[in-house]
Amino acid sequence: MAQTAAASADTFPKLLIRNANIYGSRPGMRHKDYGIWQTWTWAQMLEVVRAYAVGLQQLGLKRGETIAIVGGNRPKLYWSVMAAQMLGAIPVPVYADAVADELAFVLAHADVRYAAVEDQEQVDKITSVLDRLPRLERMLYDEKRGLRDYDHGNLRAMDDVIAEGRKSLASDPSVGAMLDAEIAAGKGSDPSIILYTSGTTGRSKGVVLTGERSIAAATDTVTFDKLTVDDVALAYLPLAWVGDHYLNYAQGLVSGFCMACPENADTAMADLREIGPTFFFAPPRTMEVLLTRVMIRMEDAGVLKRKMFHYFIGVARQYGEKILNGEPVPLGGRLLYWLGNILVYGPLKNVLGFSRVRVAYTAGEAVGPELFAFYRSIGLNLKQLYGQTEAFLYLTAQPDGEIYSDTVGRACPNVDIRIAEDGEVQFKSPGMFAGYFKDKEKTAEAMTADGYVKTGDAGFFDEKTGHLKIIDRSRDVGRLNDGTLFPPKYIENKLKFFPNIREAVAYGDKRDFVAVMLNIDLTAVGSWAERNNVVYASYQELAGHPLVYDMIEKHVAEVNRSLAADKLTAGAQIKRFLILHKELDADDGELTRTQKVRRGFIAERYAPLIKALYDGSSEADISTEVTFEDGRKGTISARVKIRDMLTEPAPGALEKAA
Amino acid sequence: MRAPSGTGPEVAVGDVLLSVENVSLSFGGVKAVNDVSFDIRKGEIRAIIGPNGAGKTSMLNVINGFYHPQQGRITFKGETRPQMRPYEAAHGGIARTFQNVALFRGMTVLDNIMAGRTLKMHASFFWQLLHFGPAMNEEVEHRHFVEEIIEFLKIQEIRRTPVGRLPYGMQKRVELGRALAMEPELLLLDEPMAGMNLEEKEDMSRFVLDVNDHYGTTIALIEHDMGVVMDLSDRVVVLDHGIKIADGTPDDVKKNQAVIDAYLGVAH
Repeated sequence: MAQTAAASADTFPKLLIRNANIYGSRPGMRHKDYGIWQTWTWAQMLEVVRAYAVGLQQLGLKRGETIAIVGGNRPKLYWSVMAAQMLGAIPVPVYADAVADELAFVLAHADVRYAAVEDQEQVDKITSVLDRLPRLERMLYDEKRGLRDYDHGNLRAMDDVIAEGRKSLASDPSVGAMLDAEIAAGKGSDPSIILYTSGTTGRSKGVVLTGERSIAAATDTVTFDKLTVDDVALAYLPLAWVGDHYLNYAQGLVSGFCMACPENADTAMADLREIGPTFFFAPPRTMEVLLTRVMIRMEDAGVLKRKMFHYFIGVARQYGEKILNGEPVPLGGRLLYWLGNILVYGPLKNVLGFSRVRVAYTAGEAVGPELFAFYRSIGLNLKQLYGQTEAFLYLTAQPDGEIYSDTVGRACPNVDIRIAEDGEVQFKSPGMFAGYFKDKEKTAEAMTADGYVKTGDAGFFDEKTGHLKIIDRSRDVGRLNDGTLFPPKYIENKLKFFPNIREAVAYGDKRDFVAVMLNIDLTAVGSWAERNNVVYASYQELAGHPLVYDMIEKHVAEVNRSLAADKLTAGAQIKRFLILHKELDADDGELTRTQKVRRGFIAERYAPLIKALYDGSSEADISTEVTFEDGRKGTISARVKIRDMLTEPAPGALEKAA
Repeated sequence: MRAPSGTGPEVAVGDVLLSVENVSLSFGGVKAVNDVSFDIRKGEIRAIIGPNGAGKTSMLNVINGFYHPQQGRITFKGETRPQMRPYEAAHGGIARTFQNVALFRGMTVLDNIMAGRTLKMHASFFWQLLHFGPAMNEEVEHRHFVEEIIEFLKIQEIRRTPVGRLPYGMQKRVELGRALAMEPELLLLDEPMAGMNLEEKEDMSRFVLDVNDHYGTTIALIEHDMGVVMDLSDRVVVLDHGIKIADGTPDDVKKNQAVIDAYLGVAH
């Protein structure tokens, strides 16, 4: 089915029409509103989107123009994407939590004339930077609240636009015919969407993707994971991120599965449980947060429950993954696991909303092996994939039954991957981007002479399994002054597996030793503080508490032990650490919008702390500027303590001593 | 939004919705309110301020019929009543929140707000017991209205959480929701921001303004935070020791010497 789709429809609007024809009465989208799951079938969706497209056309949106989409995962914003695509206009989704400055950059760079936004907050944000957006003419909004008294000269409610379109369609048959002609005129090679990268380094770039390539890529993975019209996915990740556009929008349209939009960002995890998706994607960080939450709740549980939980998690750790992978397991182990499934794993998966999950993926950054193993051991078919915006997400994915926590799987069907001489991963894929928007120079930089795209990641193919292994961003992997390999991500992930540690930033390239800066997890450490009568008023105070330092020191020591176990990394043990006085935040530019650490920027910003880490002082003063959500700025200053760590002897050294 | 469904004649925006004339209230020898007159116009946000013990809460209690003044008259929507009982006030379209949160702590947020709809329920006790037929239809209708409020106040994620487990600021918000469920014409807020931090205050201020704007509800509020009062309200009445010492726009009141002396000390 999926293959024929690719052959017949080369744009998403054409796929929508196909779905309305063959899956007309099947749910295409759900949204929790007023406490109830509202459902639209594919046929209903087509009707709304057609009306919306006509409304947009009457407002003047034309083929080839761009329209910004700003907001959360709401049906009307997805329909804005579809309606724009029907007219041959190019949607440009922007992260809903982008601060005004970032928003202004993207909107100006993408030359948008129209913006479809979620609510008053986004309208206000855009209005505040209007002087930088001379081309912006009109904003459409979904949520009416608070906007009644605004000047509606260039502001329209999406509902009204849809209603007007619907009226025109009903009263004049030629309108519908004209729209059909527009849809038919859409070519697969036209730009379908522009996705701005999160920008780990520097300003974000607009990645232009075409319809036929997007659909080809999505068709391959839909086949690979056997997704059908019966599947359900929860669309809770940022709309502007390639993952959401690929996993939910593109795969949904290709396979016809139902995409569910949560009530709002805060309820996503509760909605996950209600919807019970069969296909699930979460970045490692979300998986971490979920695990942390479970662990905290278990600490507060009664003795019996706690004992039972830890015992069966132990059982799962021993047998769970083997059972999932179909490896031989002794009968006793199977029985224990079966019992554990009834008592612990089943209920746990139910609480997390994973009961019906058939395929789950994690990607975005390297996942901690312990974290990965935990979810697999309780029977969740969690797999890794590797990709990037320029490839329209997928490059590699782990096939069922071939799961290793340290690889990202085989190349996806029709994807051609090679390793350059310097270790960089390069690819050619069906979903490959058409170029960066308005940036020929950058596009040329990202490509090799023979048409491969450079990923900027260092990796190699594992000889045993044939899977790709990603070491790190190739420019991130460094060496200590004595020549020892220093993989920062690897160390950071080991640290972040502890629920108490939320974020870690490791330094060591061209230095004498490895030092790390940490963020504690306020929920986990806060709950620990409550149980241990540690009084604190703020994150800053808790982070600087000596008992917290003691606890974190134990975690770091454990990481050192595990680093020491491997000859390659034994030299990269952590010698000194500190706990930052503030949480790293994307609003301050310390994380990307996809929550990745921007190591270089942080090093500049916290230069006095880095200096202190390496000059042996036991504390350092730091004062940093913080940006509040509304764009105001303030400063936080603090005296941060630094702890020294003992390092474990490397395995080689031990042999020598013996 | 449906029109407020209180009884009595409709009052146009800008006209006097409620007027208090020469009201005095004393407890034994203590005069809590002494010969106070002011009015509240339809659609405005009216603040009542004053130092501790000035008689602000007593005034609210007089307005919603909890206390009965020894002297004076209260006219609500053109009807003058010397004595009005709280349930009459509620039926007439006056709702309030309390200085100390008054919610059913063991019940969920949803149930608490649904409780605010009780006055609007018409199905007989018999049908309600059966939870069937008219009672069921009615409940669906009311639930829809309550869900609108939940969305309006952005408390979807705590819909099913027992109120007792919520932080104080959230409880205040739920209480506002409970009052809104009555579709009041006049909403009395007794220190809606007491004990809140800056962020919570900003949120609450936003909601008060939104309620006024979206539902068109007339609001009378008591508040100690001068910044909040001056920003939110259209007109302010100042009480001191039970006596009205000033009445006017925030700017007028700020400049009034009697107010500065009695209450503000120095102009902020």
